[in-house]
Amino acid sequence: MAKDLPPPYTAMSRHPMMPRASHDEAARFNFLTHFNRYLSGNIGAGNRLAYEKRVLPAFRAEHGRDPEHRYEIRDAMNRDEWHRMWSALKRNSMEMRQHFGRQVVLRQLDELDAMARQFNEHSGQLELDPAIEQPPYQTAVDIHCQPGGYHGGERPDDVTVGANYDVGLFATTGGALGGLNDGGGQAVVGWVKAERPDWAPKRILDIGCTIGHNAVPIAQAFPDAEVIAIDTAAASLRYGAARAAAMGVKNIRFVQASGEDLSRWADGHFDWVQTTMFLHELSAKSMPRILAEAHRVLAPGGLILHIEQPQYSDEMPLFEQFMRDWDAFNNNEPFWSAMHGQDLKQVMADAGFPSECQFVAGVRAVVDPEIFPPSPDAGEEDYGRAAIWNAYGAWKPLAGEQQVAA
Amino acid sequence: MSADEPLDWVALSGKRAKGKRPDFFENTALDRLYSTVFALAAEVSALRERQDTIERLLDAKGALSREDIEAYVPDRAAGEERGLATQAYIARIMRGFQQEVEAMEAHDPPIMDLVELLSRE
Repeated sequence: MAKDLPPPYTAMSRHPMMPRASHDEAARFNFLTHFNRYLSGNIGAGNRLAYEKRVLPAFRAEHGRDPEHRYEIRDAMNRDEWHRMWSALKRNSMEMRQHFGRQVVLRQLDELDAMARQFNEHSGQLELDPAIEQPPYQTAVDIHCQPGGYHGGERPDDVTVGANYDVGLFATTGGALGGLNDGGGQAVVGWVKAERPDWAPKRILDIGCTIGHNAVPIAQAFPDAEVIAIDTAAASLRYGAARAAAMGVKNIRFVQASGEDLSRWADGHFDWVQTTMFLHELSAKSMPRILAEAHRVLAPGGLILHIEQPQYSDEMPLFEQFMRDWDAFNNNEPFWSAMHGQDLKQVMADAGFPSECQFVAGVRAVVDPEIFPPSPDAGEEDYGRAAIWNAYGAWKPLAGEQQVAA
Repeated sequence: MSADEPLDWVALSGKRAKGKRPDFFENTALDRLYSTVFALAAEVSALRERQDTIERLLDAKGALSREDIEAYVPDRAAGEERGLATQAYIARIMRGFQQEVEAMEAHDPPIMDLVELLSRE
């Protein structure tokens, strides 16, 4: 198989909760998988060309200087015919992914709901709390243009949004997350095992777990640990808990809770607090609150780890920042831009993790190489969507260690 | 919704995501056109894949060989039938262009002129 040829949709692992895609439904996802790679790879370079050949020269002529912020580039590029056409294509690709996924899910929702109910009633791995309110950063828009966001539904107690998330992630990422969409979680496991081969965390918290696709591989890799996966969205948790139970993963519980209020857990309760592609879906005020709570419930010597696309920095060219910002304005990710503009090290330090305990590591999706070719390496061509991430983390100092370090 | 009423999955699947959609073009008709054209492109791709499945299954079961398909040459009658079908297909997808050319020759008055004319006479 050619290195850059994505696998067919049918290479996905069909765990029992995964909605069954018909022949043509799978074929539609195949189209999107290739179409997305085409947009970012084959013709994605058009954005840079348009910028360098006409948008930047016109900007210089008008202002007598180079753009000083990614927003200046965005304003100028949004007037460029090519970038508008490309954005229209990309937006449509995202909308088709939702539409196609919802057709798969909704036509078999009765069976999916019944199956989820059965798994969840028997497993005891789902704990919902109707008192949990959906935070405004989750309800302001439907994130990813997914109708209903992570929390909505078509009828009470359904699994529509969770199932739709699972069934179409493959197409959005060009198949780069592996057969169970768990390449991110596998990457985290790979990093931890390499970094601390003998580490045996007992209690692990995953905040903002959605359907648990990145928390389940952690539970699988540490079978003696208890993983608590929390989210505010019951609709995603219902599906996620059933999915884990269907896969036979028993050491994970899905609990409806907000990361902003972890008061049900005592100080130092967890050995490891994990978030994966979560921080960018928060807000300026909630992110520090969640990190402070994460710091409180993390035991001294414990690990906090966040998987995200790289933060913008002075070293990152403004054009790349602008391209990475596309989802914020065109794919309903309104905190993406501000979050990536922050100095995450400082935010982590403010939450209580001393700078000298922090680290940044590069990780990439871990998938079965027999079936899944690696995510295209040309990160600059695949802005914000490549399955190559930064891990922002810290080992919380043991008591007394902090003073020594200071 | 009552429990025994089936979900209208066709209508529900196309639900709009909350959040204002950007207008990518000055003329919003172009935005609509993009949506339709690329949904159709996905559908053509799915059809091709389905046809490929059929060919492979027929081949595997010995009903026909894919080499036969590749080597197939229509005889005169079949060639004419297919040529006509292709002409008709092109006529269907190019109707807008074809009728615009006809309109340039026809010099129709604006329909409002006729509405007013017929309301008077």
